[in-house]
Amino acid sequence: MSGAVAQSRADAAVAGSLAGLARLLTGAVPVWRGPRSSDRPRVYYANHSSHFDAVTVWAGLPPELRSRTRPVAAADYWEKTRLRRHLAARVFRAVLIDRAGGGPAATQEMAAVLREGDSLILFPEGTRGDGREVAPFKSGLHHLAVAVPEAELVPVRLSNLNRVLPKGERVPVPVIARLVFGEPLAVVPGEPKDAMLTRARQALLALEER
Amino acid sequence: MLLRLLGAVGAVLVVATVIGRVLRARSSPPSETVVNLNQRINAWWVMAVVFAVAVVTGPAGTIVLFALLSFLAMREFVTLVESSRADHRALLLAFFVALPVQYALLAVQWYGLFSILIPVYAFLLIPAVLALAGETTDFLRRTATIQWGLATCVYALSYAPALLLLDIDGFDGRQGLLVFFLVLVVQASDVLQYVAGKLFGRHRIAPRVSPNKTWEGFVGGVAAATGIGTALWWATPFSPWQAAAMSLLIAVVGFLGGLVMAAIKRDRGVKDYGELIPGHGGVMDRIDSLVFAAPVFFHATRFFFQ
Repeated sequence: MSGAVAQSRADAAVAGSLAGLARLLTGAVPVWRGPRSSDRPRVYYANHSSHFDAVTVWAGLPPELRSRTRPVAAADYWEKTRLRRHLAARVFRAVLIDRAGGGPAATQEMAAVLREGDSLILFPEGTRGDGREVAPFKSGLHHLAVAVPEAELVPVRLSNLNRVLPKGERVPVPVIARLVFGEPLAVVPGEPKDAMLTRARQALLALEER
Repeated sequence: MLLRLLGAVGAVLVVATVIGRVLRARSSPPSETVVNLNQRINAWWVMAVVFAVAVVTGPAGTIVLFALLSFLAMREFVTLVESSRADHRALLLAFFVALPVQYALLAVQWYGLFSILIPVYAFLLIPAVLALAGETTDFLRRTATIQWGLATCVYALSYAPALLLLDIDGFDGRQGLLVFFLVLVVQASDVLQYVAGKLFGRHRIAPRVSPNKTWEGFVGGVAAATGIGTALWWATPFSPWQAAAMSLLIAVVGFLGGLVMAAIKRDRGVKDYGELIPGHGGVMDRIDSLVFAAPVFFHATRFFFQ
């Protein structure tokens, strides 16, 4: 599952047009508070309120980074229909993880992707919120940071996506979203799990102010 | 004729560009006003080219351009006014049914339905869809907000390309010039009110709504725009006096549009509707006057000249 999935030219074209469509609907012009690129693999971690979140972050990346960045998504949702399976595997090249089982297996899969040099898009809240609050982070982000210490953790603040496509709706409404990429989180050796997760969440929340 | 007029606009922009660059070279470091002026002039080039391509390609290009402007303006409007979850379906109806149908009616030249689609059918359907969503909190405010967004961003703006439908004796096939005349007078009035305000502005008209709008700017800008419109009478179906009256009407109503849209921005605590056009703000910041002027100019022309 974690191995790089071959992407046909048609699927790459679909991916490109979906990124364009996402930008047309949300008008999100990415703001970079930190460096745009890095020679190290990255974990872009974002707040989560909409099925449109992953595609928005992904579409906001420059094309050369986008082709090497894979969203982490829930297997139970993305394996439900043939279309979703195809989109997840071939178009978005998603890393599908088992939410129920979770734990070490999921961490290993994600870590393997990072070690291959690809980056990840991750939603550490674990589930979609209402767009107002950012829930406490699940421990996956910490496990991943410990497993692949060379990876950079980049906070990504999304706003308004809950209005573009709220929970339970299928068709997105055009609302201008905000998309802010922050500075990579500083590494503090030996930091306890809870402290690190709190700090990561604070770094994301701090991106809210203009 | 249209090409020559567009060429004249290009010449004005060349002069403006030269002035902007000279000012920038003289002041080091350039002041904020000079930087903003250059940004605005650069954006004017882009807007002028887009508009020129649209009007030169005829009705299809013009209709597509204004449909796109409606889309971008309503996206800014909806973003600014805050929508709730229960508004989702009503907003889908506004964006993906009302908007494209309104412009499609222009393409098929069905004026009767064009003129009532949003004030009658969308007016009734939007609250019905909101009621079906089952959320009663702020019901009337939410209904009115979406209806108002549609009425301004889509309905009112669509009157600019609707000028192409007007059947004026001896002016057939040249209606594109009316669109050009409207847009030129509105935008000239905006720019000249800004310039006159910067140079002579003292007495503010509505300081809480828009601190930059002064009586001196208003009178100077409207008078100058009326002069430009009058000078263009030969490209319109109007006599010089009629062209003057129409230009005055466009400039004054356009001013009111800018004032109303500014009041919404102040209420929401923002300076601009968006960031799409560097130096200007959002699309709505650039077309606020046009939104008000288009339907009034259309109906005045239809009443007196069709």
